[in-house]
Amino acid sequence: MKSKPSGPVSTPFSSAVADAGIAAFIALLLTSLVLGLRTTDTPAGLVLVPRTGLVVLAVSIVFFGRLLLNMLRGKKIPSNLRINTLAEYHSRFFVWARKYSGRIFLTAAFLLPLILLLAERQTGARMPLRYWFDIATLVLTYIMLGWGLNIVVGLAGLLDLGYVAFYAVGAYSYGLLAQHFGFSFWICLPLAGLLAAFWGIILGFPVLRLRGDYLAIVTLAFGEMIRIVLLNWYQFTGGPDGLSGIPRPDFFGLTFKRFGDHTFHGFLGIEYSSLYRILFLYYIILMLALLTNAVSRRLRRLPVGRAWEAMREDEIACRSLGINTVNTKLTAFATGAMFGGFAGSFFATRQGFISPESFTFIESAIILAIVVLGGMGSQAGIVIASIVMIGGFELLRNMQGLKLVFGDGFDPSLYRMLLFGMAMVAIMVWRPGGLVSARRPTIFLTSGKTERDKRARKGEKQ
Amino acid sequence: MSKSLSKHTPLLDVRNLTMKFGGLIAVNALCFEARRNEITAIIGPNGAGKTTVFNCLTGFYKPDRGAIILTDKDGRSHSLERMSDFRINNKARVARTFQNIRLFGGMSVLENLLVAQHHKLMRASGLTIGALLGLVSYREKEREAVEKASYWLEKTGLTNRADDLAGDLPYGDQRRLEIARAMCTEPRLLCLDEPAAGLNPGETKILNELLLDIRDQQNISILLIEHDMSVVMEISDHIVVLDYGCKISEGSPEHVRNDPGVIAAYLGVEDESEVRL
Repeated sequence: MKSKPSGPVSTPFSSAVADAGIAAFIALLLTSLVLGLRTTDTPAGLVLVPRTGLVVLAVSIVFFGRLLLNMLRGKKIPSNLRINTLAEYHSRFFVWARKYSGRIFLTAAFLLPLILLLAERQTGARMPLRYWFDIATLVLTYIMLGWGLNIVVGLAGLLDLGYVAFYAVGAYSYGLLAQHFGFSFWICLPLAGLLAAFWGIILGFPVLRLRGDYLAIVTLAFGEMIRIVLLNWYQFTGGPDGLSGIPRPDFFGLTFKRFGDHTFHGFLGIEYSSLYRILFLYYIILMLALLTNAVSRRLRRLPVGRAWEAMREDEIACRSLGINTVNTKLTAFATGAMFGGFAGSFFATRQGFISPESFTFIESAIILAIVVLGGMGSQAGIVIASIVMIGGFELLRNMQGLKLVFGDGFDPSLYRMLLFGMAMVAIMVWRPGGLVSARRPTIFLTSGKTERDKRARKGEKQ
Repeated sequence: MSKSLSKHTPLLDVRNLTMKFGGLIAVNALCFEARRNEITAIIGPNGAGKTTVFNCLTGFYKPDRGAIILTDKDGRSHSLERMSDFRINNKARVARTFQNIRLFGGMSVLENLLVAQHHKLMRASGLTIGALLGLVSYREKEREAVEKASYWLEKTGLTNRADDLAGDLPYGDQRRLEIARAMCTEPRLLCLDEPAAGLNPGETKILNELLLDIRDQQNISILLIEHDMSVVMEISDHIVVLDYGCKISEGSPEHVRNDPGVIAAYLGVEDESEVRL
């Protein structure tokens, strides 16, 4: 990235071959399913007939065609437009991905569910929409939790193994407030956040002097303590019976019930569908996750966020610069806990039932794994890691095809922890910083946003 | 009170400073002064207790006995031995660097200098909540902080590295960046723990110029621990020599250089030695 060579680094021929190889690979991906498989109606039913020859033909046409083109036009294209090396492909892809993927992803997150819903209505096709929306909601919940924990672990560098405690505090806050006082979801949401933040500070105080492993142990114990208190304080929390009948959220006073006075479908004059409530929950968690993202990105650019990151880098240097590390740590714990609390009260309203079983250590571990795998401090990495992990678990559940390979007794979802561990090891070996490990400074001296802009600016001055 | 504060009232007055680690007396009843707008050097063989003195001054250790009094221009005095480390920087305005460089390696050079201006920016951001809700105009203050940072980047010759990671800088640049970062906290007293360690002669010369500039242009007093005598003898106004936690000599560079006690401490009484004085 630092200095792009004007010409190809390797010889023109080898880079042309590499380029053609990439094109051929893409062609392989595209053709393998489109050309490579053909469905044929036989007496036994519909079967797939592989057509390997056709794929080989298509891929080789692409390879040699591309190679020929590269050889012919190598000199004509200006060097800054030509992509010569694999490394450049790589870096350009990431520049492009960084620039647009967020927007594309966001637009898709907003519009895709609606499009799917409309498509189902219009065409009458039966799609497992409820299942899809549920998974999307689950993934978004973990994205939000990941972003919340990222403040504590990624920015402030405080290893927190008990994050699920705040999730539990948020969930029980809403459950209990709704049961005893009849508060609605929208009143309880901020209250749950505040209560969780308060517990974040309670946890913060005793662990102020601890770092690293010691901090991890104490936070782990804290997470377990909260769960065990919830389990044993029968009169207050219902113990292992949990809390049930937690009210569903309303949409500006409109409920999503089938019958009643102020119903959503009645207000809009459309037919009732249970999907509306699912979709509504999806949009709530989407907004909550986006709020978490916006706040933590903003905080990173504010002095408190820079102090968090400085504390992660060197606590002693922080103190020598007059930063009160006690307050800084407490704010990090409180802020992270607050978002955990929001997510918790969402969880309670979505499930309608909560019990201590939902807040075990494995939840903390999964959230932490999402943060670490995604790349500490990286917002985008957490999204990728959540989709891969939570989506991957679900995918595994559905891979019944593997039974054909491993026999009937094979249950792929039993192996999820094994795969999870293997993925963790693989990531730590090949990308120790996580999937997205690059950190962008929060401020630049020159107003130019990229290296290239800066260089251009310097060029003008001289 | 301010009448009695003449030019001769020292900025820093260390009285009977004693620091023990278990049975080891690291600093023993040390008294010295650091005068305004002067460079005071603390020298001594390894293990003489120099860094311990620094850690007491900047609040990282609590001394067992003694007083450390910093008197500012308005005649207010701060008892550093009773203040916690971050308040010493914040209220008494003593900034320090570290013997083994402690930069925020994963952050950019500019960010390092902004972290040093945390308090000013924190107030400007309405303790975060104001800026988060868009209630206060934080941009203007941040721009000022960036200007201050770029002033020091210019002084230390690091302007073109401003957006690079601090951890990626070469060693000499890191040393200067740490000084720039300390200066961004607007100190009255700058404590430098071996700023020339590991620098080549060229870099040492640049460092000397920087320190003299800080003393003469910024009117900031410097307290310096250093082994490199080309730095100490050239720029210090006053030298305090420690050995085994006790002060064995004090005075101008000329005086200290010829003090037989100092020579004995450094070279041994009869031994040949590797230290050049």
